[in-house]
Amino acid sequence: MPQPSTRNTFNGFALTWRMPIIVWQVLFFVGPLLFMVAMSFFLVKNYRMVEAFEFKNWEKMLTRGYFWDSYALTFILATLSTIVASVLAFPASFALAFKVSPVVRRWALFLLIIPFFTSYLVRIFSWYVILAESGVVNSILAQIGLGPYTMLNTMFGTLVGYMTLTLPLVVVLQTFALANIDRNLVQAAHNLGCSPIRAIYTVIMPLAKTGLIVAALFCFILSFGDFVSPYYLGGSKPPTLPILIIDTTKSGQQWPRAAVVAVVMMLTLITIAFASLALAYRKRASR
Amino acid sequence: MIVQRLINWSLRGYVLLLFVFIFSPILFSVVFSFNSARFPTIPLESFTLHWYKTIWNDPDVWTAARNSLIVSACTSVLATFLGFCTAYSDYRYNFRFKSAYLALVLLPPTIPLIIMALAMLAWFSKIGASGQLWSIIIAHSVLTAPFAMAIIRLRLNQMDKDLESAAWNLGASEWRTMREVILPFCKPAIISALFLTAAVSFDEFAIAWFVSGLNKTIPVLILEIVQGNIDPQVNAIGTFVFLVSMTLVIVAQIFFTLRAGKMMS
Repeated sequence: MPQPSTRNTFNGFALTWRMPIIVWQVLFFVGPLLFMVAMSFFLVKNYRMVEAFEFKNWEKMLTRGYFWDSYALTFILATLSTIVASVLAFPASFALAFKVSPVVRRWALFLLIIPFFTSYLVRIFSWYVILAESGVVNSILAQIGLGPYTMLNTMFGTLVGYMTLTLPLVVVLQTFALANIDRNLVQAAHNLGCSPIRAIYTVIMPLAKTGLIVAALFCFILSFGDFVSPYYLGGSKPPTLPILIIDTTKSGQQWPRAAVVAVVMMLTLITIAFASLALAYRKRASR
Repeated sequence: MIVQRLINWSLRGYVLLLFVFIFSPILFSVVFSFNSARFPTIPLESFTLHWYKTIWNDPDVWTAARNSLIVSACTSVLATFLGFCTAYSDYRYNFRFKSAYLALVLLPPTIPLIIMALAMLAWFSKIGASGQLWSIIIAHSVLTAPFAMAIIRLRLNQMDKDLESAAWNLGASEWRTMREVILPFCKPAIISALFLTAAVSFDEFAIAWFVSGLNKTIPVLILEIVQGNIDPQVNAIGTFVFLVSMTLVIVAQIFFTLRAGKMMS
């Protein structure tokens, strides 16, 4: 049969489909990222960037206390966000995976995908108004004689923002992970007299481990890189790393220093990603 | 048994609560946009269309809306084209470095937008392409192509492998098979990808803010208004934005879930 080749010989048809994305991503994805790394070694003279290979920017940034304050804050906030989101999402994902009909689950997932594609900025602005000193939450609490509580410009505010960003995604990923595990194993645990709570810890969570960790990883990456919540709801004192990038780029015109911050962020995220993926795919120790 | 029931119901209640949390900012934004208070709270003040009139009469909003429309339309076509090519390559061929190839395609959405924004800004000004509408379009196509690729790839998974070979055996060339078998089969996914990538592009503000120069899109305009003062105009613009992106996402999902049978007939 004269079938077209599926092997890797020169083939105009195959290359037509393969090449566009390679060219595009090299030009506009790999190129910009590599250039940013290079830029972190450039110099700024008289408000103009000069191509060079100097460690000045790195020295300037890494020896400053405020950089490390920002780093610690960003890291702690993202870690906290990951823990809170994973814990808050789990009961809901558990319910969606095991306690509702497939139709309900499909609808719930459908609804959860919507916020992911709607304006995060407007949602945060909405929270700003809701959480304000004289906002909706405090006026409801006042009805029962509580408050007012300061929620803006606190870590709580930042976390509310992070949850707005990450919770839908974490619930979706966790639900997928939980819905895909073998029900027979859970049933077997029940039949052998395992209590439902214990079954969650010893059977369900280990089986869904990969998915749960991937969900947490996405949550960390999103929180670590977000500037809207810490800026508008958290008060930005001290600034997180993404806010530092904006300040350095926009007002300071110090692109190379901003690049230093960005490269440090990338290195951190790459380390975290590899560590958690190694954890996620590690074979279980024999028992 | 009673305990079991109680647990099940409280779990359902918890899910509901979580949905309330997730959707309340959207809901409040819509409610506030019709409220006369400058700083809305409960109890609400009177109903008004004032904020909508304000944005309707604001030429900046119109310019931004035009820019957003151009950017998301061009982005969606470009990203869907790139996504289709990649999905088909992945579906049909095995080649060396394929996992590197796929990583190259799928990585952009995992990189924080602010980092992409800085990298794009620097790169575009290096190659002399910054501050244009099409700089946003290029950046957004890199960001959204993976979504298009994923949707179309999932659709290709549903296709019978023999369909393509059958066409070849009947004498159709690869190009003709592409035109008359593959593309029609992927049509719902392609439409879905067009709408979804448009939605992502329509809402993206970090990269757009960095590379747009003076050509503001709607999200960049919102960002700038929010940076100033509490201005309920944002709720009106926001409601409009929600409406547009939800429509896009819902249309995308409808096409995505269309069964094979319906489209092939």
